[in-house]
Amino acid sequence: MSTARRILVKVVTAILVLVAAASVTFFAQLLVPGDRATAILNQQTGRAQLWTPAQLAPVNHEFGFDKPLIVQYLGYVGGLFRGDLGTSYTQYKPVTQVIDAQLMPSLVLTVGALVAAWVLALAVILATVRRGRFVTGLGSTWEALTASLPTYWVGVVLLVVFAVEFRIFPVIGGTSAWGTVLPVLTLAIPLAGFLGQITRDEFEKVLDQPFITARTRGMSDAGVRLKHALRHSVLPAITLSGWALGALVSGAVIAENLFGRPGIGQVLVTAVNTRDVPTVSGIVLVVAAVYVVANLLVDLAYGLIDPRLRAS
Amino acid sequence: MSSVAVPPTGILARVSGLRIRVRPGTAACAAIVAVIAVAAIAPQVLTHRGPNAIDLGHTLLAPSLSHPFGTDDAGRDLYTRVIYGARESLGIGLGATGLAMSIAILLGFLAGLAGGLADVVITRILEVAFAFPVLLLALLLIAIRGPSVTTEIVAVGIGSAPGYARLVRGQVMHVRQAAYIEAAAALGHRRLTVIRRHLFPNAMRPLVAVITLGIGQSIVWASGLAFLGLGVAPPSPEWGALLDSGRLYITTSWWLEIMPGLVIVLVALSVTSLGRTLQHRLEGAAR
Repeated sequence: MSTARRILVKVVTAILVLVAAASVTFFAQLLVPGDRATAILNQQTGRAQLWTPAQLAPVNHEFGFDKPLIVQYLGYVGGLFRGDLGTSYTQYKPVTQVIDAQLMPSLVLTVGALVAAWVLALAVILATVRRGRFVTGLGSTWEALTASLPTYWVGVVLLVVFAVEFRIFPVIGGTSAWGTVLPVLTLAIPLAGFLGQITRDEFEKVLDQPFITARTRGMSDAGVRLKHALRHSVLPAITLSGWALGALVSGAVIAENLFGRPGIGQVLVTAVNTRDVPTVSGIVLVVAAVYVVANLLVDLAYGLIDPRLRAS
Repeated sequence: MSSVAVPPTGILARVSGLRIRVRPGTAACAAIVAVIAVAAIAPQVLTHRGPNAIDLGHTLLAPSLSHPFGTDDAGRDLYTRVIYGARESLGIGLGATGLAMSIAILLGFLAGLAGGLADVVITRILEVAFAFPVLLLALLLIAIRGPSVTTEIVAVGIGSAPGYARLVRGQVMHVRQAAYIEAAAALGHRRLTVIRRHLFPNAMRPLVAVITLGIGQSIVWASGLAFLGLGVAPPSPEWGALLDSGRLYITTSWWLEIMPGLVIVLVALSVTSLGRTLQHRLEGAAR
């Protein structure tokens, strides 16, 4: 299969997965118990009552509930391709408007955490692999421990220690650079443990490879580790970085709520609490899209990093 | 040989032989799980207080000898509440993992055995499910059904099912090619008998460890939802609910958040570590 054809197949598959994901979120909206127009009116007025058909009609019309299901479905999927995610039940405005301003802070948080996790993981790997039993053990124990910590607990400990006891960072950080440090670390520490566990195994294997002969040329140990071994041992963890994005988004929802940081995680939890299903669906779909695209890019990039895979 | 932490019964005894050597770390993990199991079955053994005993003279006390985990805003002993919360928290973890495994076994066996179109369709469904991070899928379900214990279990269960389903499918595909399956079929056994007697037990054996890992993971996911205020609601002493109610006091009374969290971390870590040990043993026996 030629490279162009291979890429085309992968892109088409990704689009099909996303259309299927959109179908899931569309039909999910139909699963809301009871009549949707009634639910919307009750949500807005804060009451729990039955409404007359005359009162329900304008709501049904505005959200298009009066049209046949297939028309609603095609309208929804078609709207997605035009960048329309539907209308919020509680705010009566397009979901894109509700989440628009919140995307950037969340993106800063997740990308910052991914970078920080890599830096942390590599620093621990370079410092502890093959440095005697004790130091090596310390490194792998740290990785195993941090990899299994739940995000909220890491966040709570960081908050209590560095914001409440020592007052180095603010308790409620907003989007300021200083206030972003703790949320980023909250997401980065467990992820670094996870990436480190995978890279460590590879790094040890690579150090035993016959091509690590640079040492006999008089290169320093640190030089061998940085220039030769590292390059070959990060591949598996890079593949998993695309997957890690999903874990990061889940973590961001928790970190944003804990640190009172604006972002789609905050909007999402508010929307879940007010049963604003279109907003929840919209955010879930945006995240799924980012996730699928990121994995597609990783998949394609992999062929560039490792030429052996291009053939197969 | 130190104390036998994992009782050699049933499947365990057959695959790992009679000699069971237990490392100190494994023993500690088993001890933690045992304590939590006792807490779930008979909480009054581990504490003389009641989980709802309000004592307004002793509110928000830091951990001390008489209150090892401190007290909450109503003067209730946090240690006692954690002990009494074990039953519901473990129940949620077990329920969610059970649901996830049931879905996974159904889909995995269907795809692995039927092959052809069924396999293609199920593989595609799983691929779509993987596009949603677990927590987000769970939040979508909660938005639809409204927060409750049942929704929480269903949300965590459905969220983690695709991962297991893929494992089960791979396992079935692997085992069905084994020579002993071929032999059983050649001997003239009926297809269902072969599946029930040979394929199912052999495909499921390595998954015993995965289920153990899954229970720890489910408890963590469920407590994460409760932390967001979308799980079991306070005043229940369920661990996630304790986290939820402690958040108000995070800047003044750290123990309300750190202590229940620590227990969740320890339990999840112990269960996971036991699962890993089991996994190594089962893999070792297969070789």
